[in-house]
Amino acid sequence: MNRFWSVLFLLVPVLGIASVLMAMYGVAPLESAWLPKSLSQAGDTIDQLFNGIHLLAAFILAGTVFTIGWALWRFSDRGNSDAKALYITHNTKLEITWTVIPALILVFLAFFQMKSWAENKMDRPTVMVDGVSSLKPPMVMVKAKRFGWEFYYAGDDGVVETEDDIFVENLLVLPAGEEIVLQMESRDVIHSFYVPELRLKQDIVPGMTQFVWFNAREEKEIEVMCTELCGWGHYMMKADLNFVSRAQFDVWIAEQKSAYSPEFKKAAEPTASLRTTNNLPSADLLGAAQTAVGIEN
Amino acid sequence: MAEASVENSIAPDRKGNAVSRFVWTYVFATDHKVIGLQFLFSSLIWFFVGGFLALAVRWQLAWPWSDMPIFGHMLFAESGGQMSPGFYNMLFTMHATIMIFFVIIPILAGAFGNYLIPLMVGAEDMAFPRLNMLSYWFMWPAFACIILSFFMPEYGASAGWTSYPPLSVFQGDAQSLWLLAMVFVGISSMMGSINYLTTIIQMRAPGMTMFRMPMTVWGMFITAIMQAFALPVLTAALLMQLSDRLLMTGFFLPENIAVNNGVATSGGGQVLLWQHLFWFYSHPAVYIMILPAMGMVSDIISCFSRKPLFGYRPMVYSITAIAGLGFVVWGHHMFISGMNHTLAMSFMVSTMLIALPSGIKVFNWIGTLWGGKLQLTTPMLFCVGFVSMFVIGGLSGIVMSAPPVDIVIHDTYYIVAHLHYVLFASSVLGVLGAIYFWFPKMFGRMMNERLGKIHFFLTFIFLNGTFFPMHFLSRMPRRVADPYIYEGLKDLLPLNQFMTICAIGMGLTQLIFVANFFGSMFFGAKAGRNPWNANTLEWTTASPPPHGNFDVQPIVRRGPYEYSHPDTECDFFPQTKTS
Repeated sequence: MNRFWSVLFLLVPVLGIASVLMAMYGVAPLESAWLPKSLSQAGDTIDQLFNGIHLLAAFILAGTVFTIGWALWRFSDRGNSDAKALYITHNTKLEITWTVIPALILVFLAFFQMKSWAENKMDRPTVMVDGVSSLKPPMVMVKAKRFGWEFYYAGDDGVVETEDDIFVENLLVLPAGEEIVLQMESRDVIHSFYVPELRLKQDIVPGMTQFVWFNAREEKEIEVMCTELCGWGHYMMKADLNFVSRAQFDVWIAEQKSAYSPEFKKAAEPTASLRTTNNLPSADLLGAAQTAVGIEN
Repeated sequence: MAEASVENSIAPDRKGNAVSRFVWTYVFATDHKVIGLQFLFSSLIWFFVGGFLALAVRWQLAWPWSDMPIFGHMLFAESGGQMSPGFYNMLFTMHATIMIFFVIIPILAGAFGNYLIPLMVGAEDMAFPRLNMLSYWFMWPAFACIILSFFMPEYGASAGWTSYPPLSVFQGDAQSLWLLAMVFVGISSMMGSINYLTTIIQMRAPGMTMFRMPMTVWGMFITAIMQAFALPVLTAALLMQLSDRLLMTGFFLPENIAVNNGVATSGGGQVLLWQHLFWFYSHPAVYIMILPAMGMVSDIISCFSRKPLFGYRPMVYSITAIAGLGFVVWGHHMFISGMNHTLAMSFMVSTMLIALPSGIKVFNWIGTLWGGKLQLTTPMLFCVGFVSMFVIGGLSGIVMSAPPVDIVIHDTYYIVAHLHYVLFASSVLGVLGAIYFWFPKMFGRMMNERLGKIHFFLTFIFLNGTFFPMHFLSRMPRRVADPYIYEGLKDLLPLNQFMTICAIGMGLTQLIFVANFFGSMFFGAKAGRNPWNANTLEWTTASPPPHGNFDVQPIVRRGPYEYSHPDTECDFFPQTKTS
């Protein structure tokens, strides 16, 4: 019976590592699990980290849990010996070794990943304007609301949040192969902008403005998910994200412009008047605002 | 015997009829052992409520919008038995709330802390018996609030157990009840922690130096310090959110946001402030939920390896280091929250550092097993299970402590996998092991070994079947009622159904434990004082121990881990034994 239990514990690293490797290298039945194929260079770097740390973890899992299983196999009391257990209270050299080696690995890991983090979250792309390098302006302003996504494309002036913005709901069409910056704000509660293929996620916090940037390498139709609980309809807060060629994008955005009228924009933005007043809004306004943000329990 | 006279003074009617005797012994109890059992029983009952909610969550993920068995037609007759999306949000919110605040924390600190601390340090009771009684009583207003919240129109709080504003401020009245319940639980824990600290510092038996205390007591001691320091912050944050909801303040609300059906707030608040305050408590709470289990597991492993705990002092130091670092890592829950991105780097470094003391603990447990004479009893199996599962939970923690990787897996099922490996597969296995280990002391009878081993085997298989595949769902957001609405997640349905079937199996397996627990309480073999041949003080007194705990004042002569000492006849050497 003791052997049975040691085999049970030995199975943990065997099955665990086997399934991790299967997921990592796309072997059935886990070929579609884990992460979808990365669409960007930054995503590839994250994948390398993800896989690298998992391999390291798998190695440590094998070492520790295999030792546990082996200890159970080797040292179980089968009642056939009167010898006592070894009386060992500590071993300073061994303990220093197994503290210092993991410490070195962790320090390496900590420094190794900083570049990727900076590239994803801190070093926003720049453009040269009149010989001076400045932050790249956002192409689209994302407004998250319960339970959908509003996208305002910069119009002819190339600046978001102006009169000529082009409004599209729950559909984000972007050119592939270009560095794109999005500006994101929330209309009501916290939302989160998640595109697994781009390895991109950013919470959108009311009262704050966030920027994200990415460069998709191929044309593909994917989805934007909301990953911060935002109420009963959280599960259906999705948008389609289509990466198309520059030519297709230009055609599409021209179509949007011609279909577009200022009245339509006003109708789509009922909370705008509430958001610009600092006084207590009237009952009518509040009613409209509540309908707009869906405040019903 | 000052405490005994306190007991008598508030229990003058002990010789009355059966009802009043029951009330005075079990309701107005100031004996730490009875209070420990009160915590144990209420936590176990809530464990089943919380488990039931988890199964309902799993049901929806495996067979979305299908008829929910049993409760479906009762609650959702008009929709033909399928749950509403809001109800799903309530399910995972209340599952987490109940499991964390009503099960794991009370069972570790409340039940085992109360029961074991005085016995293990050789005290006749806690330092403040009536404060101790009050700490259990404060659980009941919390229970009442949560039970009441289930009868609110939305069937309970549904803003997630993290309760992030502004969403939580938008919610119905159940959220206010939730906040009140958390305040009561916090006060209960704070009273408990003060009691534990005082007892451990002041009431140790002669000879019981700090470095002769069993790891269980060390775990409880450090946990109590964490609770005493972190809980005031949570309590303040809870009251601030309550006042945002009820008094129209704006601690967590920015300008111009409509709240509570129609009143605009004064604004000027910060949404992220809540997250900082909440995680300043709730990250230490993660360690509050595992350090006592680590302590108990250390004692049990040493006992059944018949071998001293390997590296006792490093074990103590590493618990202390985990607790200390635990206060400066809360930002790793907020890598993508919009918090300053440079700050993420420092939280990453402190988070990675926690892997060091955690690793030391694992290596030392393995060092304890190595060269031992292992007795694979049920408690030992649960504890070895704890160690091997903690390795998985700890390693996935290293994966997610890397902020670039966390961009992908934050708020997905990978996180759900990680936290369940730490809280269920580690803490709960540790708790179950501790129940099997100390049950003879608590009730004077042994639990059935065969049923215990079957219980362990099935729990171990099913928990891995339920939680391990979650690691592969790192693109499936958590808290989503119907993930299959996304084209990219449709292929995950079969894996989710497999996990749900395992979860149902795991739920059913616990019925074996219930049968064993109550069966053994009445029909188990009589346990003597020291059925496991263990060294610590609680095994020198009767099972169950009498009021006042010890017949004679224990004098402690050595540390708790002198197993298989070369100079002794038998393979254990109790702490009080004269050589």
